[in-house]
Amino acid sequence: MTIGTDDGLATYNFAYLDEQTKRMIRRAILKGIAIPGYQVPFASREMPMPYGWGTGGVQVTASIIGPDDVLKVIDQGADDTTNAVSIRAFFAKVADVETTTETAKASIIQTRHRIPEEKLKDGQILVYQVPIPEPLRFLEPRETETRKMHALAEYGLMHVKLYEDIAKNGHIATTYAYPVKVEDRYVMDPSPTPKFDNPKMHMSDALQLFGAGREKRIYAVPPHTKVVSLDFEDYPFEIQTFEEPCAMCGAQGVYLDEVILDDRGGRMFVCSDTDYCEKRREDGHRGHLAGDAMEAAE
Amino acid sequence: MAVTGQVVEGGFGDPVFASQSVFRAVMDAMARPGTVQAIATDAMPPAPLNAAAAAVVLALADSDTPLWLDAELAKSEAVRGWLAFHTGAPLAGTPSDAVFALAANPAAVPPLTGFALGTQEYPDRSTTLIVQVESLTGGPVLTLTGPGIETTQAIAPRPLPGHFEVQWREINGLYPRGLDLILAAPDAVICLPRTARIGNEEL
Repeated sequence: MTIGTDDGLATYNFAYLDEQTKRMIRRAILKGIAIPGYQVPFASREMPMPYGWGTGGVQVTASIIGPDDVLKVIDQGADDTTNAVSIRAFFAKVADVETTTETAKASIIQTRHRIPEEKLKDGQILVYQVPIPEPLRFLEPRETETRKMHALAEYGLMHVKLYEDIAKNGHIATTYAYPVKVEDRYVMDPSPTPKFDNPKMHMSDALQLFGAGREKRIYAVPPHTKVVSLDFEDYPFEIQTFEEPCAMCGAQGVYLDEVILDDRGGRMFVCSDTDYCEKRREDGHRGHLAGDAMEAAE
Repeated sequence: MAVTGQVVEGGFGDPVFASQSVFRAVMDAMARPGTVQAIATDAMPPAPLNAAAAAVVLALADSDTPLWLDAELAKSEAVRGWLAFHTGAPLAGTPSDAVFALAANPAAVPPLTGFALGTQEYPDRSTTLIVQVESLTGGPVLTLTGPGIETTQAIAPRPLPGHFEVQWREINGLYPRGLDLILAAPDAVICLPRTARIGNEEL
């Protein structure tokens, strides 16, 4: 298939990558699914965007996507930030696929650092962009050592790290990239999602794929797979809670972003998941700073 | 070997999209062990290679992946020629060298522990074994549990390699080492990743 020939643009293979690269990545994805939480090395390619912009996730998406897929891309929950817009435009151009911002309509959702609030369904695939796939890397810089620790399922060091958190701060202070154990075997980095999202990974109906381009690793969590956040009996895992609901749509029990309004301490909290927030406002939900609510108050 | 029509013809009509759709079916099958995933393909391999098994190999194998063939396939010059022409995969001398292994006769599959099982450090360096079966239904019922399965998943492929349940438990016991199995009827596949367990035993 050729794309863009009529408007003078360069002609790429479908979904940008060449077929041999796709086969290599597809084989890595299959082994990743067969060994949940294990990081499969792969020969990451240079992509037409810098490392740190989601080249791992882009390569995974490019290797699984087909002409019938509908793609959604989010960056910190938002469909309309630079990274999300660029990647969506990239696949619209090189794979000619339909894109959407609606979680329920997407067959593939590529994400940077969030899981949508709406529960994912059977058949959907969530592709994570991962910067540092090795959860032990900041504790042990040597790959030879971390590999051995995974081989022996020797994760004491991670528990020491969480214990030190408690000793210093009185609670586990890790709030994002909170380590999880997959199917009672591999300790895995859930990518820098807020720990708020960790419970959504557990027994999800959707297939979860993780791509780290710079670090050249792919890993996976199949549907209906145990994903347990590490903790202690007397310091159980807890997610973030928010005192006030979303200022725009009034949603509670969702992850909120803080937005500074002025230089006098004014602030508001709004849904990080823009699609979820828009849907709720369409359905008539109003937070205390939503336009209609303010007009009514005036 | 003479290049004949039998060797050259019968590949994917549209390799890019055919590979993608076959891969997605295999990925879904691997992510949901025991579910039957249809393989719609225009691949027409020489006998005794079946269409689904051939399509999986065409989609995933290439010059980087040594391919092992069982005796029934290896003795067919047409099969060897067809796979070489369409994939470029070198043949593996022994099962333990194979990235992909292809068996037409389930009864003659060598012991599963003889394939590449990976290492404790690199469990991914292991064989994906593709076994052709007559049918994915009608055989003795096996109940699967494990990642990708919400409660249990019943499968009944026939025929299976000898002492399959015993052999598969042995593979389970090696986790994270192991091998991953694709059972290929002519038009569909069932996958058993190494995490799939037979029976409702303790995980």
